[in-house]
Amino acid sequence: MSDFDIGRWRPAPFLPEADSRDGSLTFVVATLCFLACLTLIAVLATNRAARDWTSQLDGQATIIVRPKANETPDGAAARAAETLAGVPGVAEARALEKEKAEALIAPWLGDADLSDLPVPRLVAVQLTKTAPADAIALDRALKAQGLDAVVDDHSVWMADIQHAAQVARWVGMAVFGLIATAAAAVVAFATRAGLAARREVVEVLHLSGAEDGFIAGLFQLRFAKMAAIAGLFGAGAAAIMGAILRLAGGGQGLTPVLPITWLDLLAVLPAPLAAGAVAALAARLTAQAMIRDLA
Amino acid sequence: MSRNPNATGAPDADPAVVRFDDVSMRYGRAPETLKDLTFTLAPGSFHFVTGASGAGKTSLLKLLFLAAKPSKGLMHLFGQDVSTVAREDQPFLRRRIGVVYQEFKLLEHMSAFDNTALPLRIEGRKPDSYRNDVAELLAWVGLKHRMHAMPATLAGGEKQRLAIARAVVNRPEILLADEPTGNVDPEMGLRILKLFVELNRLGTTVLFATHDEDLVARSGMPVLHLENGRLTAHGARP
Repeated sequence: MSDFDIGRWRPAPFLPEADSRDGSLTFVVATLCFLACLTLIAVLATNRAARDWTSQLDGQATIIVRPKANETPDGAAARAAETLAGVPGVAEARALEKEKAEALIAPWLGDADLSDLPVPRLVAVQLTKTAPADAIALDRALKAQGLDAVVDDHSVWMADIQHAAQVARWVGMAVFGLIATAAAAVVAFATRAGLAARREVVEVLHLSGAEDGFIAGLFQLRFAKMAAIAGLFGAGAAAIMGAILRLAGGGQGLTPVLPITWLDLLAVLPAPLAAGAVAALAARLTAQAMIRDLA
Repeated sequence: MSRNPNATGAPDADPAVVRFDDVSMRYGRAPETLKDLTFTLAPGSFHFVTGASGAGKTSLLKLLFLAAKPSKGLMHLFGQDVSTVAREDQPFLRRRIGVVYQEFKLLEHMSAFDNTALPLRIEGRKPDSYRNDVAELLAWVGLKHRMHAMPATLAGGEKQRLAIARAVVNRPEILLADEPTGNVDPEMGLRILKLFVELNRLGTTVLFATHDEDLVARSGMPVLHLENGRLTAHGARP
């Protein structure tokens, strides 16, 4: 007697469930996702670092004041600060003490006695957030008061930092794109191998009247699911790695140079979906191309 | 997945189910396997396709189930010139043709029941609409007690009957069988032939390729006889 209960029968999957290659493919895609997520976290941290640096420099200017023959350095600096405080677009202007100016140049001169050197005085200028004064306006105001001064609005530094941040961003995105392309290529290769291994199944489905899109859809679904699961593992591992780096760096993230925040770790959340989408597209295109070769 | 079941089912004035006009076929750049075939098959007819090994029997069937294309000539199926059927419409044409392959082509990861139900699933039918029909069909081919069995566990004759069940489950208009008695003993061969005759009585056009001359002689059915890719007899037994 048959123990087959047709009332409880459920259709078997069109494609065989397991494949010995699935494990290694999952590992490769998970690794690629892990690397992609780490790259993404690094790009976010780099962006933040660049933003922090530029925001520190932006809105500030430093004035180097050289005293004239008839006045003391401190007097010239005080006069410059007073002049600049009255310029529209300046929130605050403060003459720095001699010790601070010496401390700034000390790294270049070592332990030398600076008392005999004509160290220029500095004036730190805080510009207003809205309509800040530019270097030309500051310079003009100083010259109008007969002060010999050089205005440094940090624009050279900011341009360099912004340029460096832009380069880092593009390099990061390029690495991210390369990893995504590699993942797609791996899935395309696996789809090709999967189709070849199941050629008999594909042929029977094809000759039984299954449409090309339906057959391609079977492979698309299979590899999308596999990649999404692999993406979950890869993203999870990257988030753990990011958390370790965050914790290792204390309050500033890994280092002040690469400040990872807890929020950055959320960036890995779309990774499983993205991996699934890339795999689905690669599998569908590959499968369709191969099925078209059938008569 | 039933996108457009009637896309290729438009009635045609041509009463023939199959019409070959000077059809030839070759594999790649090899010499022609089939040469200048011209014949018609009327609806509900039963023909044997006979000939020695390599005569072109399997190639002829491949043309008919759209696994190969003619290199020359016009081939009409159900009144339609197949060369004008768009690729996306070909699946609907294939669904009107049942095939029993010489090597069975059963799906090893599916049970006998699943293998039989496959064409119905491909048509997009719901399981509840066909589960009883599939069970009845398997009982009809003598596999009532083997519905759950995987193909690897079936004997040669059982596989053959399972392949037949799959080929006819969606009531195709044409049934093509490539050496369906080639792997079974004479008694089983006769039983299988009776199955085909029964299906033919129900209105299915049958094309039965075999090199078993005894079986052909005992049946009294007309033949298409091939020799070196050429049709040398069409109609009554040679």
